[in-house]
Amino acid sequence: MAPQLAITLVFFYWPAGQALYQSMLRQDPFGLRTRFVWFANFRKVLADPAYLNSIQVTVVFSLATAIVAMVVALLLAVMAEKAVRGKGLYRTLLIWPYAVAPAIAGMLWLFLFNPSIGSLAYLLRSLGIAWDPLLNGTHAMILLVSAAAWKQISYNFLFFVAGLQAVPKTLIEAAAMDGAGETKRFWTIVFPLLAPTTFFLLVVNTVYALFDTFGIVHAVTGGGPGKATETLVYKVYNDGFVNLILGDSAAQSVILMAIVIALTAIQFRYVERKVHYG
Amino acid sequence: MIGQSPLRTFIAHAVLILGILIVAFPIYYTFVASTHTLQTILRPPLPLLPGGQLWNNYSEALFGGIGRIGGVSVGQLLLNTTIMALGVAVGKICISILSAYAIVFFRFPLRMTFFWLIFITLMLPVEVRILPTYKVMVDLGMIDTYAGLIIPLIASATATLLFRQFFMTIPGELVEAARVDGAGPWRFFFDILLPLSRTNIAALFVILFIYGWTQYLWPLLVTNSNDMNTIVIALRKMVSFADADTEWHLVMVTAMLAIVPPILVVVLMQRWFVRGLVESEK
Repeated sequence: MAPQLAITLVFFYWPAGQALYQSMLRQDPFGLRTRFVWFANFRKVLADPAYLNSIQVTVVFSLATAIVAMVVALLLAVMAEKAVRGKGLYRTLLIWPYAVAPAIAGMLWLFLFNPSIGSLAYLLRSLGIAWDPLLNGTHAMILLVSAAAWKQISYNFLFFVAGLQAVPKTLIEAAAMDGAGETKRFWTIVFPLLAPTTFFLLVVNTVYALFDTFGIVHAVTGGGPGKATETLVYKVYNDGFVNLILGDSAAQSVILMAIVIALTAIQFRYVERKVHYG
Repeated sequence: MIGQSPLRTFIAHAVLILGILIVAFPIYYTFVASTHTLQTILRPPLPLLPGGQLWNNYSEALFGGIGRIGGVSVGQLLLNTTIMALGVAVGKICISILSAYAIVFFRFPLRMTFFWLIFITLMLPVEVRILPTYKVMVDLGMIDTYAGLIIPLIASATATLLFRQFFMTIPGELVEAARVDGAGPWRFFFDILLPLSRTNIAALFVILFIYGWTQYLWPLLVTNSNDMNTIVIALRKMVSFADADTEWHLVMVTAMLAIVPPILVVVLMQRWFVRGLVESEK
């Protein structure tokens, strides 16, 4: 008990407290004097167009990543459920990307789609698409979403497979007796019963896209071109460590903490509801 | 079970194989690239089959080239990453099994307060408190140390929660029986609890090892000197050189070396990994 408490206090509560305190301070440009400014930093951050832009980028990025990763994973899980033979083998082959670091995943995709040497970029260009993730913000975003979603597919796949196995076979057979086709069975029985898994994954994937993808952004685009892929976490890092605007960065940290706490609260309410369903 | 038409089964297999191709392709292509010369890589499209430079590239990366780029050998980078991943996994399991033990089996004042203090940390990943945590590390002089890499990542509650849930399923009779037989708290912990939680520990170990291995933001901040970099960070530094100078064949070899150990861990310990993942998150 004591060790974890000590570590938690020193490396968690102390920094969190400092973040709160720092978020209400403002330093002069030479770092000589520090003033206590209450919520001015928050006002400044929230009024900053760059921050609003980064919120927008983050929302687009997180939703796109979560949806792509989940749709692909669900499709694969449903297919794996049908393919009785070779299921274990498929699973083994599908869980690799989980072990790949996000930053490395980003670099691999950059290598494939790099405009000068990437082979798939070459393929795209020969199809007549002017592909350039280094200059075109939308292309950069597509690249990031693909890399982030790619890495998350295996995780979602495992959960969907577990979820599908929990769907009672008797229900499906009953529906088949009543003459429901395969597609209809999926949408009216299996999919609704998967809802808890889906919702859980939606939260997890959003959190993943919000935080764990810092590596991808940093390694692939560095927030660019321009500010087209600057996510919230990247901006905290950039303002705090590169531009050294400590007050703003701390205020952003506090806002992020609030977002995570909200997401976690949603998740826990859902978990409780699931318990009621049994 | 409902019968299926052969066509549908065929479609299922086809979709799965397509999925596997998409999932495996970037990794496979990295391997292919790591066996070609730099010239071949720089002139796309790259052939789909491995080239003949496997031995040359790998030996150059392991014993020469990268030493020139980052000033650190790949061996050192792998060692750093392994120490970090193992440190995070072992450290987190140790402290969380101890605190879960304390929370579940002992009654002491403020027990629930402590539990909530730990529980709240579940919500906040390192990423949201980077700057202040960094400042704490500087104040404690832990920049560029293994302790600095590992300890802040240990401060989180997921593992504690998992162990707590598991310990609560242990019947009170067992605890009583141990006490009647004269086992003290430590004896009970080592002889009964630890053997019972073996599978949980294995599952957590895999997940935390991967977690430690794939860390990016934190090692980036805490390590200034190149000798303390993890392999992921070093890889990023290799690529960040001007496009034309990047020695892609060596980058690809390093990428393979960075990817293969965690993949091996996941695939070989698949059973525990899947169990741990699906159970610990629910």
